[in-house]
Parts: sequence; structure tokens; C-alpha cells
Amino acid sequence: MSIRQNPAPTRLPDFGNLGVMLRCLLGVNLLALFAALARNTALARLPEELVELAALVEPPLIASVVLLYAAGRPLARLPYAAALAAVMLASAALAALFMALFTPPGVPPPSPLRAALWAAAAAAAVLLYFDLRHRAFSPALTEARLMALTARIRPHFLFNSLNAVLGVIRSDPRRAEQALEELSDLFRVLMAENKQLVTLGEEIALCRQYLDLEHLRLGERLRVSWDIEGCPADAQVPPLMLQPLLENAVYHGIEPCTEPATVTIRAERAGEEIRIVLSNPYHGENAHHAGNRMALDNIRERLMLFYDLEARLDTEAQEGLFRATIRLPYRRGGTA
Amino acid sequence: MSGPLRVFIVDDEALARVRMKALLADIAGELPNVVVGEAANGVEALQKLAETPADAALVDIRMPQMDGVELARHLAGAERMPAVVFTTAYDQYAVQAFELNAVDYLLKPVRAQRLAAALEKARRGVPVARETLARLSPEPRRHLSVSERGRILLVPLADVLYLKAELKYVTVRTREREYLLDESLTRLEEEFVARFVRVHRNCLVAREAIAGFEKDAAEDGETHWSVLLAGLDEKLPVSRRQWPAVKAAFAGEGKA
Repeated sequence: MSIRQNPAPTRLPDFGNLGVMLRCLLGVNLLALFAALARNTALARLPEELVELAALVEPPLIASVVLLYAAGRPLARLPYAAALAAVMLASAALAALFMALFTPPGVPPPSPLRAALWAAAAAAAVLLYFDLRHRAFSPALTEARLMALTARIRPHFLFNSLNAVLGVIRSDPRRAEQALEELSDLFRVLMAENKQLVTLGEEIALCRQYLDLEHLRLGERLRVSWDIEGCPADAQVPPLMLQPLLENAVYHGIEPCTEPATVTIRAERAGEEIRIVLSNPYHGENAHHAGNRMALDNIRERLMLFYDLEARLDTEAQEGLFRATIRLPYRRGGTA
Repeated sequence: MSGPLRVFIVDDEALARVRMKALLADIAGELPNVVVGEAANGVEALQKLAETPADAALVDIRMPQMDGVELARHLAGAERMPAVVFTTAYDQYAVQAFELNAVDYLLKPVRAQRLAAALEKARRGVPVARETLARLSPEPRRHLSVSERGRILLVPLADVLYLKAELKYVTVRTREREYLLDESLTRLEEEFVARFVRVHRNCLVAREAIAGFEKDAAEDGETHWSVLLAGLDEKLPVSRRQWPAVKAAFAGEGKA
């Protein structure tokens, strides 16, 4: 599954949709109301003028909506600009036609040309409204949100890692090489457009590289316990779902300890559900909560964008342990 | 100054200390120096610095057990205080606080030239004032430092039962013994507001140490209360003014 959809092109609204028709009618009537207000000289005459204007506006408006309903499909096939022009022309033509043929009695009929211009302007205003609405709700925005949410690694980790590499570079150049390779792998993933789900196996490989770098820095202080036998490696997960949690665990759980401490990662499949539990020592009063919460909210929101309500992330802190639990539906990936 | 600059390195990451030593060796030509010791956290550093005096200390800000700023605050009370140069890889909070208080720091990975300049400046400059250091701390200290016979003793705050102001000093009481602290009770109350409650004009009691209250028969016909302490056979009078607040704090702890 992917949230990558067709790049959202600006397109005509679906004129067959009842909501769209309703919005057209309301929009044009609103414009007519403004026009009446602008033209009005004595407020007492406003209701009368409104009725007169409605008598002029309604017939061509309803005819336009019906025509657009009928011509919806062929219109949608036109390029956007051509379709826009067609809609404006059709409205203008209908307005001119009505003014020329069916003038209501007792009202001085406006010239067909003026009516046509008014109709075209009204059509343009309504189309502009639909265009803005479309942009506001487009998947492109979801994509942008996802990009912005893509987990960012803590600068703290980057600079400390670079410092550790510099520390080891003279005595053990090979270890330094390895660390820089891992760092570049990690950043390749971090800087990618992470819009596709990855397999759990890939995510775990990335986590191992990350932890290897932390090992260089923290040495014996960091211990990691993996328990992932019970989980299929082909399960699909959002990219960078585990790594930020591990980073949190190291920053809040391991670094404040002088003694060696353990981060535990357990993943299992229960029926159609994948459950991943990550735990680390917890130091109540010393944790910098804000950063922690930010990372958790970030993962939560990405889970929602990928899975809606089918996935969740819960956290709890008790008895000196912080535990983060992710539950998501089991979906097989293409490659394990 | 005669002889090379004696430098002490404090960082919780072993490779960061290795890197710092390599840099110090690199700049030895222009700034003769010798590394007299290293430590992985503030507590260890204080112990070692008491044995081995140093002219300058390179101190990482974020460390377990006792961070760099707290270490500097304890060192500020020492007789032979080394000039402290802070180092950090990235710590938004700390960097902001340091900029705000115009305290110098080195960003890791550190460059040799910057290191030489900072050490030179620290050696000649005025040490950072204790008040400034207090403002740099994101959190209250975890230890009080007491100077006794030229040495610094660390008293973990978790062990402190009460703090009592007396004439010039504040008495720090733990289960084992008393210490004399050269700080103001008001400042201590502000810093450790979460841990202590004021029971009297001159006394702060650790919330955790309150075992209960005792009513005393009073001569003037009014009721007086005393705090009973957990693990110490001693009573502390509660002033009439503080009694409502003390009672409320205690009820909040779920003990009354």
C-alpha cells in the first residue's frame, strides 16, 4: 500500500455531484445579492430589486447547471484551461440567449452582451472557488505533511557521532571508515522521500546500523536485546518508524545512566496484527520530555496518515521502564 | 605561569576524550599543556580534581549523574578552582542559555585552533560567577557541595532531610550527620521547590522525610505543631504562619 496517488492535477469539479451543483447555485446567488446591494440606491427598494434580479439570474443559472451536468464527462476530458474557457463561454452564451429571448415582463431587459459578461465573471468566480477548495484538500498536501513529518535525526546524535569518528580515526581508521559508511547509509534513508511503506526487515536493518553507531559512541554503556523471531520480516511498516523510537530510548534511557543499560525491542505477530514493543530504563525527573513527545507525536501522525485508525502507538512509564508499543495491521510487502 | 597548562578532561564518551587528548597534543607546540586526568561524569571529576589540581577543565555539558554545569557550580566553591571550558555537541537549551549569559563554550567536534584560543582565554579570564552558573542550569542540582578542610564533599539531595538557616550558614541534615553550607536558604528554597517545603522562617523540610505531625501543648494556650521525621529522632517546629501550607503539601503527598 502506498499513499502515493496520481500527482493531483488541478481539475474541474464534478458537475454531476449534488454538492457541487448546490455550491454553484449558492455561489452565483450570493454574487447576485452583492450586485443588487452595489446597485441599490434606496434600501427600501432592495427586496423588490432582489426579486427582479433573481428573475433575470435564475433561469440562465439553472440552465447552465443542467448543461454542465449533462456535459460533465466530455468537459472533464478537456485540458483544464480549455475546460475553464468552455464553462465560462457556455454560461455567457446561455445568459445572452435568455436575455434575448425570454425577458421577464415589466423589467427592462439588460443587453445580452452585458448579461454574458456578468455570467462569465460569475462562472469564473465559482470555478476559482472550486480550485482553491480542491487545493486545500488535495493529497499533495497530505504528501507535503508527510514529508515535513519525516523523522529528523537529532543533531545531538549527528555531531556526537562525528566527534566519535574523529576520536577513532587516528587509532583505528577501519572502524572510522565503517562508521562513516553507516552514517551515510542512515542519512540516505533520512533524506529520502519516505512516502512508501518499507518492510520491517529493512527498518530493522536500518536500526541495527543506527545502534552500531551509538555503540561506537557509548561503548559498553549501551546494550541491546532483540526479540524479533516471532515476527515476519516482510510485514510492511512506515519508513523510519522504529529508528526515532530507538533514538529516544538511547537519549532518555541510556545516556543518563553511568552503568550499562539495555534497550529491548520485541516484535511479534498476533493474528492479523503486528505488535512492536520497545522498552528502556526511565529516569522520571531527568528526561527532557518535550523532545520525547515531539518524536512520539510525529510517529503517531505518520501512522495515522498511512493506516488511519488501524494503527496506534501507546506509551507508558512505570517501575523505572519506559515502554512504547506500536500496533499495526499485518500487510505483506513485495520483498522481504 | 610556569610549566605547561595542566588540563583535565570531563566527558561521558570515551572517544570524545580520546579526540580531545589528540587535539591537546596537536596544539602543545603553541600552548604547552599536559593532561593531568579525565573523568566520565561530574562526580568522578570532583573526586579526581581534589587529588590532582588542574589549571583548566574541559567539561561536557550533557553527562549522566552530574552534568557539566552542576560540576562547574561545585567547582566554583573549591579553593583551587580550574578554569572551566564547556563543550557540547548540540544542546539547544544549553547553547541558548550560554549565549544569553555570555559564557563561552566549544562546539564538538572541536577544532584545534578554537580549543587553543578558548584555553588561553579561560586561563587569563575571570571565572564564571556562581550566580551565572545557576542561571545556566536547566534543572536543580542533584548534589549540594560542602567545603570541609579544603575538600569538596558532595551531599546527594535525596539524602537531605532538612535545611536549617543558622547565623551565617545553612545546616544540611542527613540521617548520618550535619554539614555546613554557605548558601542562602531563600535561594535553596527557590531551586528545590519541588523537594522541600518551608515549615518555619528558618527551615525547609524534604517532603519525603515528613513522617507525620505532633501537637504540642503550648504555654500561651494556642496549639503548636511539630514535624516528625522519617529515620531521625528529631522534631522540627512548624510556625503558625506556615502550618496551613505545610498541611496542604502533606495532604497532597497522600500521607495525611
